[in-house]
Amino acid sequence: MLRSVPAACAAALAALIAIGFLLPEWAMFLTTMAFAKGLVALGLVCLMRAGLVSFGQGLYFCVGAYVSGLMANWTGISDIFLLSVLGILAAGIVAAIFGPLLATYRGIFFAMLTLSLSMILYGTLSKMTVLGGTDGLNVAAPTFLGYAPEGRALGFALYLFTCVVVVVTGGLTRVFFNSEHGLIALAIRDNELRVEYLGASVRTEIAVSYAVAAVLAGIGGVIAGLAIGHVDPEFSYWTTSGEFVFVAILSGYFSIGAVFISSILLELVRSFSNLYFPNTWQLSLGIFLLVVILLLPNGLGSLLSKLKRKERRT
Amino acid sequence: MELLAFILVDGLIYGAWLFIVSVGLTLVFGVLNILNLAHGSLYAIGAYATASAVGAYFALGGDIFPLGSYVAMIAGAALVALVLGPLLERGLLRHFYDRDHVIVVLVTYGVFLILEDVMKLIWGVTPLFVSEPYSLLGNVELGPLFYVTYDFLVIAVAIIVGLAVWFVLNRTRRGKVVLAVIHDREMSQTMGVNVDRVFMVSFMIGVFLAALGGALTAPMISVSPGIGVNVIIIAFAVVIIGGLGSIEGAAIGALFVGIARAASVHLLPEAELFIIYLVMAAVLVFRPEGLFQKVQARKI
Amino acid sequence: MSEAVLVAEAIDKTFGAVTAAQDVSVAVPKGAIWSLIGSNGAGKTTFVNMVTGYIKPDKGHILFEGDDITKLSPREITRLGIRRSFQIPQLCAELSVLDNMLVSLSINDTEAPSYWRDARTRNDVDRAMDILQRFQIADYSDRLMGELPAGVRKLLDIAMAISGAPKVMLLDEPTSGVAAEEKFPIMDLVMEVLSAADVTILFVEHDMDIVTRYSQRVLAFYDGQIIANDAPDEVLSDEAVQRYVTGTAK
Repeated sequence: MLRSVPAACAAALAALIAIGFLLPEWAMFLTTMAFAKGLVALGLVCLMRAGLVSFGQGLYFCVGAYVSGLMANWTGISDIFLLSVLGILAAGIVAAIFGPLLATYRGIFFAMLTLSLSMILYGTLSKMTVLGGTDGLNVAAPTFLGYAPEGRALGFALYLFTCVVVVVTGGLTRVFFNSEHGLIALAIRDNELRVEYLGASVRTEIAVSYAVAAVLAGIGGVIAGLAIGHVDPEFSYWTTSGEFVFVAILSGYFSIGAVFISSILLELVRSFSNLYFPNTWQLSLGIFLLVVILLLPNGLGSLLSKLKRKERRT
Repeated sequence: MELLAFILVDGLIYGAWLFIVSVGLTLVFGVLNILNLAHGSLYAIGAYATASAVGAYFALGGDIFPLGSYVAMIAGAALVALVLGPLLERGLLRHFYDRDHVIVVLVTYGVFLILEDVMKLIWGVTPLFVSEPYSLLGNVELGPLFYVTYDFLVIAVAIIVGLAVWFVLNRTRRGKVVLAVIHDREMSQTMGVNVDRVFMVSFMIGVFLAALGGALTAPMISVSPGIGVNVIIIAFAVVIIGGLGSIEGAAIGALFVGIARAASVHLLPEAELFIIYLVMAAVLVFRPEGLFQKVQARKI
Repeated sequence: MSEAVLVAEAIDKTFGAVTAAQDVSVAVPKGAIWSLIGSNGAGKTTFVNMVTGYIKPDKGHILFEGDDITKLSPREITRLGIRRSFQIPQLCAELSVLDNMLVSLSINDTEAPSYWRDARTRNDVDRAMDILQRFQIADYSDRLMGELPAGVRKLLDIAMAISGAPKVMLLDEPTSGVAAEEKFPIMDLVMEVLSAADVTILFVEHDMDIVTRYSQRVLAFYDGQIIANDAPDEVLSDEAVQRYVTGTAK
């Protein structure tokens, strides 16, 4: 078991790159999309560790996608690193505005407020014909520090970029989870009152987790928009947010790898369902979700941590 | 001045529809404390059931008494409630009552996903049309504008449903028992109330009302996959605005949203889609318990 | 007489029809060990809640080391050095005993909590185990709350509060829910740890043996008022106290 986070990240990246050479184009695209959505789910996991479920991460997913798409279309900036930074900034600014307010809500009301914010964006974008309305916008292909690939090379470059982002953010998030603030967040999930009485500000911790979740969703949106080559208001629709929640529930909040594996699983189920049993992928997802909630209340990742605890005891 | 009249009439019609579609959701929340994300799917199933019921009615010679198709519509909705109500509440949701509320919401989300595809499997994906009931009552002239009389039937149904629910809850013994359960579940249990039965019946009524909403709407639209997806979110907004668990709140909230949307359509079309969510967000921020306080908002 | 570290001035508090505090005034000197007694609803826990900022009095002031703390939040009051334990232990149920202690240490360290420094460094774990050792619950370090006996839960709750080096410590029924033969050992342990640091201690108790054995002075509450403020023997033989609190009136 690789103990140090940087070593684990390097190994993961190496493995992903190696696999990338073997993957057919459709699989690479699927993995890229799964990773992009996995980033959003990872952000949700951060919030879940503090005890909150957001039903509106589509807001930031959409903000990231549209900001990067619009910048690419209007200003000709096509460098993916630059666009990512812009997406992060946009998501961060929105989170800085709404986060502190949202941090005073819990449970259903937090979920509903996040939901309504994402639906406001959906409604606004749907009616803005200058931004394409419900049809959305096409987004030009990104460049990579001057390199402008096409076709399969573009797919591979996007895949590589996404893998690097995933590994880096995954590593940083793991460090955050292991950190003192990470432990305090878990304590908040359990007993907010106690944490306040120990002298920490619950509201600040939650606002920070929310901002992290927003930024992760923003990056995810940037990648998704560029990978598909198209952005539309549906990115902010409640069913999109629902899928992110699904992945987070499936993976649980203990293992970061589980988040991305769950996301890939979801994409695989969706693709194969659409191919062979066209009207059953939502059905499979729904049943899957119910089974997970019933049998694995702490998600797939908790299986891993249960095994680890058994190891430590014996 | 004319504009105001249009806005009011449009608002009333849309508000009535919103009320019928939302009242079931708020009732289920009030009694069972469940925010049912599958509510929109139940609405859609109601619409599909109507399509089948009315289609069957006319196929079996219902032309001799076309108004009977309305009875077929209601019967369809009732059938949906009788089948899906117990199946969902007793067969599924009951197992999660001891868990966190958000978990229950996620379970209903799973049900939503399942039902959406079940509908496609049963009724296919091509849109169905069942417009006879819509045109049956003809048109009515209000000033310079023609309205379809059916739209006013919707208003009538909304008023009847609202009064019926209010009457049953406040003036009948069974209703008072339900109110007691809404107010304090544990206390009612210790007083000997069969809370299990109250839950199941209330949930069934919630399903019926959702299906009724779909049934009434079916003749006005093309019944196709996904019609429930948008409805659930609108119903949510109405219920949050009016106050979770409050019937009066759902009525006032529906009226308020209906008029707001009508005003937006006539005055500021760009806002039409998001005005409802803006109001919802505003209510959550300034008065989270909604217009008619029934549930305490969880805030620090 | 040593200086008053905690002062309540003319505190009023009503909850609807219930008077929880009526012109309550008291001055607690530094280093004192006092107990609060009174039947349920008499106002003792309300007093603790007001001092720790959980609820705000309708009228009156609370002063700590001369500063007005009446309007401060629980978190701010905690940071000033007033800490409390809870009647029903407030623990993080899904974290192990060790993790609970680590949370407390992370928050109360001289350095602010970090976003990247590991919460479970060798040093931190050693310090946490040290504290658990002093409270004699180190054997339970990797257990979850559900697996702990009542006494251990109580001790962990108190340990978490104390690990922040409080100046004033309010203990809310420290021995309630604990088996009779464990009560004295627990109080001995807690008092030993606290006395090492010259902490001012106020504890709420229903057990009069504990009250007599550990407190220098007793505040008796009834109907929102302090009806007695004296050494334990005087208070417990006071007629009003016997009628309204201990139920031993002849």
